[in-house]
Amino acid sequence: MTFRRYLVLAAVTLTSSCGDTFLARGMKSLGPVSLHHPAELIHAIFSPWVAAGIVLLCGFFASYLTALSWADLTWVLPASSFGYVIMEFLARFWLHEKVDSLRWLGVLFITAGVGFVTRGPSWTDPGTARPETAEESALEEALP
Amino acid sequence: MSPSQILATIAMIASVVVTATTGDILTASAMRQIGDLDTIRTRRGLLGAVAAVLSSGRFGLGVLCLALSFFALLFALSQRELSLIGPAATSLTFVTNALAAKIFLKENVDRRRWTAAFLVCVGVTLLAF
Repeated sequence: MTFRRYLVLAAVTLTSSCGDTFLARGMKSLGPVSLHHPAELIHAIFSPWVAAGIVLLCGFFASYLTALSWADLTWVLPASSFGYVIMEFLARFWLHEKVDSLRWLGVLFITAGVGFVTRGPSWTDPGTARPETAEESALEEALP
Repeated sequence: MSPSQILATIAMIASVVVTATTGDILTASAMRQIGDLDTIRTRRGLLGAVAAVLSSGRFGLGVLCLALSFFALLFALSQRELSLIGPAATSLTFVTNALAAKIFLKENVDRRRWTAAFLVCVGVTLLAF
């Protein structure tokens, strides 16, 4: 794992958590949407918070796909679940939602899970693996 | 909850989990087939990397399954409470993804990854309550 790849992983967690929080912030300011009036959902897309949330979630998908191109699914999924922890902090300190002790315990469990998986190898399939070569690492470090 | 309602709930959660897992496995498999996107971007530019991803049929199928999973989740949420559907679907998807990745992608899901999947699974469930 290079520093650049950790940055991609950070982008996965940050864009997913901030994207979801922005959507929540936008939808809360718009009020409840009735399923009988689907046009209200189209209107919601153009509100600044929801639009920003959608842009961030597009960024999430791009960085998630990038991570999947050099790491196992069973490594990326738990490693990127740190986004739930960020989302909890944003919910508590930005949206001022109530976060009780059980949810903080959940945050601890997820952090432990992320810590466990990120200490192991990200690409472990020897049959089809493309082990990171020195040339590949040097190429990545040189990228802007 | 009557037995028929319990069965319907199980079916709704199962449909979310199965479509999400299929989508994740197909997408991961497509990205593995395409190769390192950073390297492709260096050689062929950003548009080349985007074209490589979008021209993959497996990727398209994966996105279709993920979209189906999203609509299955929306339907389930319209029928049952979020506190039931949310944690059940999310945490079960972590476990089924690990199983499917081991079987179909031949990933080396060792004790460390099972432990991580279990811890995240419990954590996500606790967050929902």
